[in-house]
Amino acid sequence: MVRVGPVPMLSAMMSRSTSAALATVAVLVASLAGCAPVEQPAPPPARNDACVKDKLKTKTPGKLTVATDEPAYEPWFSENLPANGKGFESAVAYEVAKQLGFARIDVQWIRVRFENAIAPGPKEFDFDINQFSITEERQKVVDFSAPYYLVRQAVIARKDSPIAGKTRLADLKGAKLGAQVGTTSYQAITDIIQPTTKPLVYNTNDDAKKALQNGQLDGLVVDLPTAFYITSSEIKDAVVVGQLPQVGLPEAFGLVLDKDSPLTGCVSMAVNALRDNGTLAELEKTWLAEVAGATELT
Amino acid sequence: MTPPVLSCRGLRKVYGGQVVLDGLDLDVAEHEVVALIGASGSGKSTLLRCVNLLEELDDGTIHLDGDHITDPRVDPDRVRRRMGIVFQAYNLFPHLRVLDNITLAPVRVHGRSRAEAEAQARELLARVGLADKAEAYPDRLSGGQQQRVAIIRALVNSPRLLLLDEVTSALDPELVGEVLTMIRDLKAEGMTMVLATHEMGFAREVADRVCFLDGGRVLEQGPPEQVLGEPTQPRTRQFLHRIIAAGRL
Amino acid sequence: MRTVHQPSPIALERAAYRRRQTVRSVLIAAASTGVLGTLLVVAVTGAPGWQRVRQSFLDAGVARAALPEVAAGLWLNLRLLVFCALGALAVGLVVATLRTLRGPVFFPVRALATGYTYTFRGLPLIIVLYVFTLGVPGLRLRGTPPVLVLGAIALILVYGGYIAEVFRAGIESVHPSQLAAARSLGLTYRQTMRFVVLPQAVRRVAPPLLNDIVALQKDVGLVSLAGPIDAVRAAQIATAETFNYTPYIVAGVLFVLLAIPLVAVTDWVTLRAARRQAAR
Repeated sequence: MVRVGPVPMLSAMMSRSTSAALATVAVLVASLAGCAPVEQPAPPPARNDACVKDKLKTKTPGKLTVATDEPAYEPWFSENLPANGKGFESAVAYEVAKQLGFARIDVQWIRVRFENAIAPGPKEFDFDINQFSITEERQKVVDFSAPYYLVRQAVIARKDSPIAGKTRLADLKGAKLGAQVGTTSYQAITDIIQPTTKPLVYNTNDDAKKALQNGQLDGLVVDLPTAFYITSSEIKDAVVVGQLPQVGLPEAFGLVLDKDSPLTGCVSMAVNALRDNGTLAELEKTWLAEVAGATELT
Repeated sequence: MTPPVLSCRGLRKVYGGQVVLDGLDLDVAEHEVVALIGASGSGKSTLLRCVNLLEELDDGTIHLDGDHITDPRVDPDRVRRRMGIVFQAYNLFPHLRVLDNITLAPVRVHGRSRAEAEAQARELLARVGLADKAEAYPDRLSGGQQQRVAIIRALVNSPRLLLLDEVTSALDPELVGEVLTMIRDLKAEGMTMVLATHEMGFAREVADRVCFLDGGRVLEQGPPEQVLGEPTQPRTRQFLHRIIAAGRL
Repeated sequence: MRTVHQPSPIALERAAYRRRQTVRSVLIAAASTGVLGTLLVVAVTGAPGWQRVRQSFLDAGVARAALPEVAAGLWLNLRLLVFCALGALAVGLVVATLRTLRGPVFFPVRALATGYTYTFRGLPLIIVLYVFTLGVPGLRLRGTPPVLVLGAIALILVYGGYIAEVFRAGIESVHPSQLAAARSLGLTYRQTMRFVVLPQAVRRVAPPLLNDIVALQKDVGLVSLAGPIDAVRAAQIATAETFNYTPYIVAGVLFVLLAIPLVAVTDWVTLRAARRQAAR
């Protein structure tokens, strides 16, 4: 049976609990502010002889901790097993490791959610490889290596979607478009396409793909290789409508490191070395071969 | 000869192994006031609830004005409209004003117009001096006032029979009087009543017949002076002795 | 004629003393609050990490920029709240009434109602939402409603289960004599429920019921997992773009402001109900 106290007790309780709440909030804010911020030392300039396994200040000495998302998507990884070396990004990660002097068995994989990796705050990994586009805002809070892949955003749609077969951006304005939250794909929708209805936003690309299959989306925006993978292997009756125009600097993927990480210089050097000796181009040919011939949307 | 208003034959009711009514017989003639006395658990409340068809009998029959009302084919709701019952407590509906408490049944059950029902309700309230309480909610009334309103509510549909189940037992002593006065007035108007009570003095004054219930049946009955003054049964004497010792006679 | 009571010197002295004490207490309270408040503000703003905290969580510029989108998302939360609250209350009331039906002929109805409350109180809301908003449309059934409606249905089903149990508790808490009194007046079972039991039951459980509604206000935002942008999602998007957490604070403040009228209504209804229940 519902018991209710008399009026005076109720208001006394209210003011007691209100003051308790205020006191708690005050204590929390005070303790937050009281924690002195950790000042990161400036990274030393990269030197050739400093970028070897023994000299690198990795999380675990002698081991390289690499992170990616859960699940790890194709064609960047294979079967959600980053350690198997298959898939473009898995392969790139192991090549970078080799450049730095780490053997395959020295590489440890951990899983970090996409938005957590590029959020401000200390990292559990040495670097994260997960289709992170290099952007100015992100560079304020994390370090990026030199770019390892130039990327374009693309729109995919089901064959019976109203936007399948369209070639002009203007034709997409009336469509229900979607993307994963916090991605450059989402920003491409709001900045480049600017549809008349609000885009639909999903926690993961898995949810977004489901919505596409259900017909809840007219089109889904993802990076081009992912677009090709989805349309060829995952959603058979989907097509790549086209690539979105590049606005400003070309978009590129980079490895993510902790802000002012001591490893950034060496990792960047490693990536550049792989580009210069043609390894990156080889890996592209192996894993991203189907990525060609998508319509340019204008 | 007209049949008695109420006629109970061989009533039997068992609650979880306990025999509460054991072959009870009772007749109540028109305009008669019968007081039921007995220890707790002697079956007074159960009897009244069975008469009002709030409980199902295990055996026996009840006739109201000659109609067999414990026939399973009979609609109990229709039968109940011919009776009124008032309980010891929790009678009034707390979320309705006194006026709405009284007019609810006439309007919803008997299909009378709201205006007519309200007029009658106000008149009945005025008669017992509660006219100013018509728009009040039950929580504003004293216990005695609430019981009197409950009685009025039970009367609005001119029932053939009024059942009162220890209506003063939950009241403070100084409030008992006003309720008893009302019952006295009802008797003067010729209302047929069966009341279960602990107020022996009142039973002596207002009842035409007193029935002492013991072991689920009427052990002794007769005019009040006889049952309360010179009971023939030893158990009746024991019971009254306890009542006297408790200072309630 | 009644003489006006003249207080004795002792009474006057007592009153004066109490007045002085009251003034003293008020001054002490004001002084200590002032001192503590000042100390707190000085300590917090002077602390080494305060600047970073302020920048990360209390940036006015970011707040201003994020406010329109977050408010637009909150409008979605509000619309869903009204729709789902009404739906869940209706479903809960019906299910509770069905569960309290007496008589063997109603057994299948009671069993179904009971099964419903057990199932949907046990299922995590997220699972029900995923199944309804992303799973069901995959079946390509004719007449599948849009994703917001599907999400609303999921919320109504889950919250309806909880609310049904709250109503049932209310119905069963009505004193049995009330039912007896109503039946004795000749009211049918349906009339008894409608005029006597349910009005009392609903008033009795208004506090826990409104508590559930306040919880629902937050859970409606979970439909954002299927695409629509609610206040929290809008804050998440803004945060992802700027790496500043102020949008979350903005969303939080708006939610609290939204809850205040709900909580105030709860308190008012509780007090009114408490008065009425005092009737014997």
